[in-house]
This record gives sequence, structure tokens and C-alpha cells, in this order.
Amino acid sequence: MNQNSYTDSSIRWIYPLPAILFVALLMVFPVLYTTYISLTNWTLTSGAAPSFVGLNNYAQVLVEPRFLQALWRTMVFTVSAVAVEAVLGVAAALLLNRAFVGRSVVKLLLLLPLVATPVAVGIVFNLFYDPTIGLANYVLESLGLPPSSWISGAGTVLFSLVVVDVWQWTPMITLIVLAGLAALSDEPAEAARIDGASEWQIIRLITIPMVMPVIVTAVILRLIDALKTFDIIFAMTGGGPGYASETLNLIGYKYSFEYFRMGQAAVILVVLFLVVLACSVGITRLNKRTAA
Amino acid sequence: MRKLGLGIVFYGAVALLVAIVLLPFLWMLLSSLKTQVDIVAWPPKFVFSPTVQNYYKVFEEQDFIRYFINSTVVAFFAVGVSLLLGLPAAYSIARFSQRRLALVILLARLMPGISFLMPWYIIFSRLGLMDTYVALVLSHVLIALPIVVWIMSSYFETIPIELEESAMVDGASRNYIFLKIILPLSGPGIITATTLAFIFSWNNFLFSQVLSMEKTRTLPIAVFNFLSYADIDWGGVMAASVTIMAPALILTMVFQRYVVSGLTMGAVKG
Repeated sequence: MNQNSYTDSSIRWIYPLPAILFVALLMVFPVLYTTYISLTNWTLTSGAAPSFVGLNNYAQVLVEPRFLQALWRTMVFTVSAVAVEAVLGVAAALLLNRAFVGRSVVKLLLLLPLVATPVAVGIVFNLFYDPTIGLANYVLESLGLPPSSWISGAGTVLFSLVVVDVWQWTPMITLIVLAGLAALSDEPAEAARIDGASEWQIIRLITIPMVMPVIVTAVILRLIDALKTFDIIFAMTGGGPGYASETLNLIGYKYSFEYFRMGQAAVILVVLFLVVLACSVGITRLNKRTAA
Repeated sequence: MRKLGLGIVFYGAVALLVAIVLLPFLWMLLSSLKTQVDIVAWPPKFVFSPTVQNYYKVFEEQDFIRYFINSTVVAFFAVGVSLLLGLPAAYSIARFSQRRLALVILLARLMPGISFLMPWYIIFSRLGLMDTYVALVLSHVLIALPIVVWIMSSYFETIPIELEESAMVDGASRNYIFLKIILPLSGPGIITATTLAFIFSWNNFLFSQVLSMEKTRTLPIAVFNFLSYADIDWGGVMAASVTIMAPALILTMVFQRYVVSGLTMGAVKG
């Protein structure tokens, strides 16, 4: 009995303790270690012992054009992909938000892109984009349009990658918004209908504002994930042609595991980490406000 | 008449949506059944005589069975460890409203994996753990654990607390309540968490790309390596892509209801 009450009162820290230790060891410690490395001149290639160089790496990397371009490109990729996904995703959710034959099948199909292995998705789109045998140029040709260079052109590569992200992740927004719509009460829309509002007015003035908190959360979740996009870019272009599709994640990977310039790589990782952290803080703030 | 017209427009739009979603999967499947000659044909061929030659190549010449086993072993143990660590943590978070704790574990889901990966690479190299299941499983637990905690803490909150209170009046300990009353009631939540955690571990590319080499190579890396040959063998790559996607797609179809609730729960609950 005594033993029982002992475990009962301490359970609130015994139960989560293993998970906390694990996260501390494999997440918190590595992040601190990365921050430390960013203050040293460590390279794995030179073999010399790392020495403390203060903010030198930051001074170097933060003004490097290649880094700044990657930072800007990450923003452009993220914002344009998520903007398109938000518009298409909400539109698809409004379209599917009614009873019709085959609805459950359509919902199942929408799930498939979300669980498809991103590397393999990238490879399939590479085949689409192939300049000589790809379906993408075949479609353009059938429409009487000139062929595009897609991922092999510096001017078109980012757009081509955005298309892949949009294909894979728009259904995420659709499914979240559909779940949000299902939780809404019908009454305001019914009342407006009785008052003679058109369907379009109901959607624009009642449904969308009511489901807005859900849309915002879905969009922020997507923003955080899009910032970190790695697999499809790495598999499809490796950051190329040249550096034309290099994002922060890509450039961080290359500095770490291709050039082994650990000190400089760590700076990039710290920046990426801070960008994502800022977005995550944003999400909790917004969640609190909409919940209140 | 107007209603009929609207119906046609509606089903047309749904059909377009479905076609866009399905096209890459169908093209992948078709291409995996084509000979190299049919794949490079222009205009692209939609009708051709199918061959399983590409699958034969993938499994006979490329040793995909071993990569398949590697992926399965890593995902299996990563999910297992995540359930062991995550279920009690999620229960505690749900019962004692430990929001801050939930947030810390959730951070692992939000943070870019590469910011832990470089230190892991250095430490695992020093410990001689590169290219071992231990390193891979540990890294994949960091993928699976937040999913388990996130889904299960929400699930535990839906179990009425009266159930526990009446058991406590009968003299049951917390451990007894958790193991014998709560967990047996949590089947649907555990299925959701397990399925999603398994799929995300299965699909992970970055961690395995850095931490595994020949011995523990997982499927996503094997599929990617197919691309590095001078002449891309598109039929082989597509057969490999079908092979890697099939388990996740089949799991999703079987557990559709659970996967949907798992993917959408956080956002809707707010």
C-alpha cells in the first residue's frame, strides 16, 4: 500500500522520464553541440584539432552570396509552395465538403501522396520532367507550346520543385480543412440560406471565416515542413543546376557531409534551426489566440 | 436542368482532382512494367506489352530484399522503442496536463533533422556506431517518438477520468490502471500512432543517407543510388520506387480511418 502511494505521487515524473532523457540526449545535446561547433574552425578534412574562433564563421558565412541566395531561395520556395497549397487545398476541401457517391474513395486517394516516399516521388517527377522522354514536355507539345527545360534550367528549376511539393502536400491541407468543416455547425449557413444568401456568399462570408483557425494552423504546419524540404530537392537536382535550387537545408548538408567544413556548416544549421524555431513559436502563439 | 449541369461540373472537377493525384502513381507503375525501349519512346507510350523484367533486376541484381529487411528492422525497432518511451510519457502529459513537456517532445517533430545529424555523425563515428542498426534505430526513434506522444496524449485525454477514479477507489495503483485499464482501451490510438510512425520511419531518407552505409542501407537510399548510374535505367528505378512505396500505401489503405485522424488531429483540435 505504501509502495503504491509512493509510485502514485511520483508517476508524473517517472512516466515521462525515459522519453525526456532520450530527447535531451539525442536532440537538446546535439543542438547545443552544433552551436558550439559553429564557434570553432573545425574541418574534418584538415585533421587539425578544432580551436575556438568566436563569431568568425558567422562573419564569413552570413555575408557569403551563396548562403544569402540559399536563404532567399528557401523563403521563395516555402512561401510560393504553401500559398498555392493553401488556395488549392481549401478549394478542394470546399468542393468535397458534401455527400456524393465515391466520397470515401476520393478521401482515400488524397491520403496516398502524403504517405508516398518523398525520394521516390522526386524520382518519378524526374521522369516527368525529362527533356527528351518526359510526359511534361509531351503535354506542352500537345498543347502547341514550346518545351520547357524544367529542372535542368536555372530559371525553371525552383518552379518545377514547387510543383512537386504542391502535388504531394496540398491533400494535407484539404484533409485538415475537411475535418475542420465537418466539426462546424450547419446553423449559421442555414440561417443565411433562409435569408436568401447565395451559395458563394455563404462560402465567402460564413464558411471560410468559421474554418479560418483550422486553415491557419494547417498553413503554419505546412510552412514549417516546407522550410525543411530536403528529400525531393536532393533526389531531383542535388541543388543544381549550379546552385540554382540550393536551399538552406541543402547547403547545410553539403557543407557538413560533402565539404566537411563543420564550423561553417554549423552556422548554417543554427540559422536554419532559428528560422524553424521562430515559425514554431509563431504557431503556438496563434494557436493560443484562436483557442481563446 | 440546371441541377444536372452543376452535377456534371462537380463530378468533372472531382475527376480532375483524382486524375492529378493518381497520375504520378500510375505513371510510375506503368513505367516499371515497360522495357527500356518503350520507356524512351517518343511520344510516350500508353499501350505496350508489360514485362516484369525490371522487378527481376531490382530483386536479383540489386539485393533489394536486404534493403527491404533493413528498412523493416529499423522501422520496427524505432516504433517499438518509441511506444515504450512514448506511451507512459503521453499518459502523464494527458493526465497531469504537462503542456511544456509536450512542447519539448513536439519540438523534435518541428526541428530540421539536419541540425541534430551533424553531431550524431561525429559522435556515432567516434563510438564506432556508423553503419549499425543501433545508430539508425536511435535516429529513427526521434522521428517516431513525437508522433507517438502527440497522437497518444490526445487519445488518452478522451478516455473518461471516472474510469480511473473508480478503479482507484477499489485500491488499484496507477501502474495497474495504466497497464490493465487504460492501455487495453487504447487500441485505436495505438494503431494510429504505430501506423504513422512506421510510415514516417520507412520513408526517411536523410538520417539513413548519412548514418548507414553498405551493411545497413535502407530502401530510400537504395532507390536513390539507382539514379547515380551514368545511363539511368528508368524501368529499374520505377520498379524500385513501386517496391518502396507499396508497403506504406497498402498500410494506409488498410488503416485509412486511423491515418486520416492521425494526420489531421492536431490542427483541428487547436
